Amino acid sequence: MTPLDLSEALRALEEKRLSLSAIVDELFRVISEREPTVRAFLTLADKEELKAQASAQKEKPLRGLPIAVKDNICTVEFPTTCASKLLERYRSPFEATAVARLKAAGMVVQGKTNLDEFAMGSSTENSAFGPTRNPWDPERVPGGSSGGSAAAVAAGEALAALGSDTGGSVRQPAALCGVVGLRPTYGLVSRYGLVAFASSLDTIGPLTRSVRDAALLLSVIAGHDPKDSTSLPVPPQDYTQGLRPSLAGLRLGLPVEYVPKELGPEVLALVERWCATIEELGGQVVRLSLPLTEYALPTYYLIASAEASANLARYDGVRYTLRVPAEGVGEMIAQSRALGFGREVKRRIALGTFALSAGYYDQYYGKAQRVRTLIAQEFAEAFQRVDLIFGPTSPTPAFRLGEKADPLSMYLSDLFTIPSALAGLPAISIPGGRVDGLPFGLQLIGPRLSEARLLSAALALEEALR
Amino acid sequence: MDVVIGLEIHVQLLTRTKLFCSCRADYFAAPPNTLTCPVCLGLPGALPVLNKKAVELALRVALALGAEVQEVSQFDRKNYFYPDLPKGYQITQRAVPLARGGALTFRLAGQERTVRVRELHLEEDAGKLIHTERGTLIDFNRCGVPLVEIVTEPDLRSPQEAREFLRALRTLLRHLRVSTADMEKGELRCDANISVSVDGRPGTKTEIKNLNSFKAVERALQAAAEHQRALLSRGERVEQVTFGWDEGREELLLQRTKEEAHDYRYFPDPDLVPLVVDAMWLAQVQAAMPEPPWEREARWIRAFGLNPSEAEALLVDPVRADYFEEVARAVPNPKAAAGWVLAELGQYWTGDEPPLPAADLVALIRAVEEGRITRPQAKEILEKAVLERTSVPVLLSAAGGVVRDEEALRALAEEVLRENPQAVADYRAGRTQALGFLVGQALRKAQGRADPKRLAHVLQTLLSGG
Repeated sequence: MTPLDLSEALRALEEKRLSLSAIVDELFRVISEREPTVRAFLTLADKEELKAQASAQKEKPLRGLPIAVKDNICTVEFPTTCASKLLERYRSPFEATAVARLKAAGMVVQGKTNLDEFAMGSSTENSAFGPTRNPWDPERVPGGSSGGSAAAVAAGEALAALGSDTGGSVRQPAALCGVVGLRPTYGLVSRYGLVAFASSLDTIGPLTRSVRDAALLLSVIAGHDPKDSTSLPVPPQDYTQGLRPSLAGLRLGLPVEYVPKELGPEVLALVERWCATIEELGGQVVRLSLPLTEYALPTYYLIASAEASANLARYDGVRYTLRVPAEGVGEMIAQSRALGFGREVKRRIALGTFALSAGYYDQYYGKAQRVRTLIAQEFAEAFQRVDLIFGPTSPTPAFRLGEKADPLSMYLSDLFTIPSALAGLPAISIPGGRVDGLPFGLQLIGPRLSEARLLSAALALEEALR
Repeated sequence: MDVVIGLEIHVQLLTRTKLFCSCRADYFAAPPNTLTCPVCLGLPGALPVLNKKAVELALRVALALGAEVQEVSQFDRKNYFYPDLPKGYQITQRAVPLARGGALTFRLAGQERTVRVRELHLEEDAGKLIHTERGTLIDFNRCGVPLVEIVTEPDLRSPQEAREFLRALRTLLRHLRVSTADMEKGELRCDANISVSVDGRPGTKTEIKNLNSFKAVERALQAAAEHQRALLSRGERVEQVTFGWDEGREELLLQRTKEEAHDYRYFPDPDLVPLVVDAMWLAQVQAAMPEPPWEREARWIRAFGLNPSEAEALLVDPVRADYFEEVARAVPNPKAAAGWVLAELGQYWTGDEPPLPAADLVALIRAVEEGRITRPQAKEILEKAVLERTSVPVLLSAAGGVVRDEEALRALAEEVLRENPQAVADYRAGRTQALGFLVGQALRKAQGRADPKRLAHVLQTLLSGG
């Protein structure tokens, strides 16, 4: 049996070609085979319990099909650890709106997937519980921070997964693992129950084996949620309706900043192939420039770290986190955090704390906010001339574990995913071919709430580039 | 050496639920940690949603003070670690408060004084630490309870004036129905800044935190003023420090020096959208505004003929003010009603609720005004009605009428004249005030059930030989 995607599994169930039990059996067979190497999951449901739960959902639209969930999204069945020692034993008393909607539509949670601690990283090496490995090559990283979700889907251990994307954490691992990853417009999917890293950037998005599955899952999880003040007042929408492989008449912008020479001849040749494909499909490639791209990375690391420094203050050893007993409450908090947080998290808390400090606020955080506004304006102006923007999702295919020990070189792997995140725009990564024999992602970026157009274009390219 | 004082006043708003979640806000006397949820506990993934009612109550205060409501205000995070602060930050308004400017006019020793308001903003309360022999416990019930903070300009010139300002503010808050504003219950809390200026040059200010009674405000400010004067007269410098106040020992406690001052790293809370108060919303709040106490006072003086001190005494408590209003409207002489409410009923009015239904007091006053009973009888009936919880109409019908019968009055008068020869002699010698004494004796004999005017007339007739 070749790995199914969600839509195929659904059809197979409807046509009674497969039983739910057989699908679960197959997922667990793959898990038992691949998981010892890949290590995508932090917690996994018991197979028989999952089958029992699934069969109780049979009558609902998604028919009891299982989904994997990144471990920074709250679930009640499993711990929610954020891959942090501080939350190793934390179990949320409530579930995320996105998870609740999936369950209401008939899905069951198969397990919780690995990530960089608190979603801070691009390789899933920053997990307190060990790294996840790329199913294409276990010497390589799956990307991150939703590396566990991407690897589980790529390996066939899961039909689909939820991830979170703050600066590229859904799209970059999707690219590195050869699956589809969608970051929705900021505010389209409720953040309620997503453990905050950088609240003004955090989004929940699906990682799937196909663009159609991304559309299907988005239809379930999108829509206004009164529990999230930043949730957009948009009604639910079925993104699978009207989903057609269609590029005809669309102008697709390729920013020169997204194809610098440093990417190397193999990548540049692949991008040229994409351009040719787009023209063949009736689209028009428009070369353009987004000169503020070079400021996106520092802007992102100031804003995201500043927000993180406050968002992570609640992990203080007082209530539900790991506690290091010490003399005096201040010392207890300091020691619990010192022991509990990993290096990268500490680095970002320190950076964010500094950026917000009296006397530096305007120079760093304030300036970054102004640049962020300019970047959003730059995109808005570009979308006057083009319908979508495209380019590589990440500068390189999957790199080796330990290869990017220098944090700055690691941060550069999010170079192309960060600008659109700062602007709150929807973007999708789809398999775009091979580089060095490894999957390489094509990213499409659209204007706010252009998910329908984005998905149709992605579907056309997915079919053409397969 | 002039004293300059500014106050920061925290007022607990009378909302049903907390500022950012739907937990009940009336935590007083609730068992610890029973009024909490993931939002006010700051659990990972929970998000705040602003309580509209809290905004409306704060707007009432802003409008009553004549402050300028900001069309767009913003919530900020104030970052600091403390065990009673579960998120590691407090949500408050710093950069753009709900309203700016305004003033409150009040009376101090018969003089009108006006204190300007700098700003007014919304924020959430923290939990409470409870120190026990077993260690420190935390009660999170108060966490997230809405507060409005009112910051004055440094317009107060004495500790006594600060106290009276606070009293006037409390009266206003109660009349606006925004808070019960009981300092003993912590519903009204005050921090004070005080400096002593020498030869018109402004001095260094010291802060006193957590003043929880009117007496504490006055005494602590007196102590701080004395402390600063003593330093200055010794030629020493006043340091910028923060004190607490030991209410029992009436002592300032040094809490922190300038070097220990926090850097709160305020920044806009990305979980909340800007608060927009448009003209329509403001008009709705204005339309629902209870009458402010100064307008009521003016109306009572104008329409009911009260004097300012009576009006002020009735206005201290809005329940009493409403009660008076109801009684005054139903009796022929509203000014007399003030005396009944303040003096006669006042002695029994110890709790929050009126000790007697307004309709009962109206019946009693009418009976007196119509001459059906005497004032002493009325007082007796009032006492019975309150203490024995009997209705006034029942007591009125049980009470005998006033002795009006000429024969009976004459017999009574003759008896009194017989028993008081000295007074009779005095009267006949021209000391007419002896008549009052004789009337009093007669009334006592009649156990109050005689009309004093008629008695005086009969006595006078007999004395002048009739």
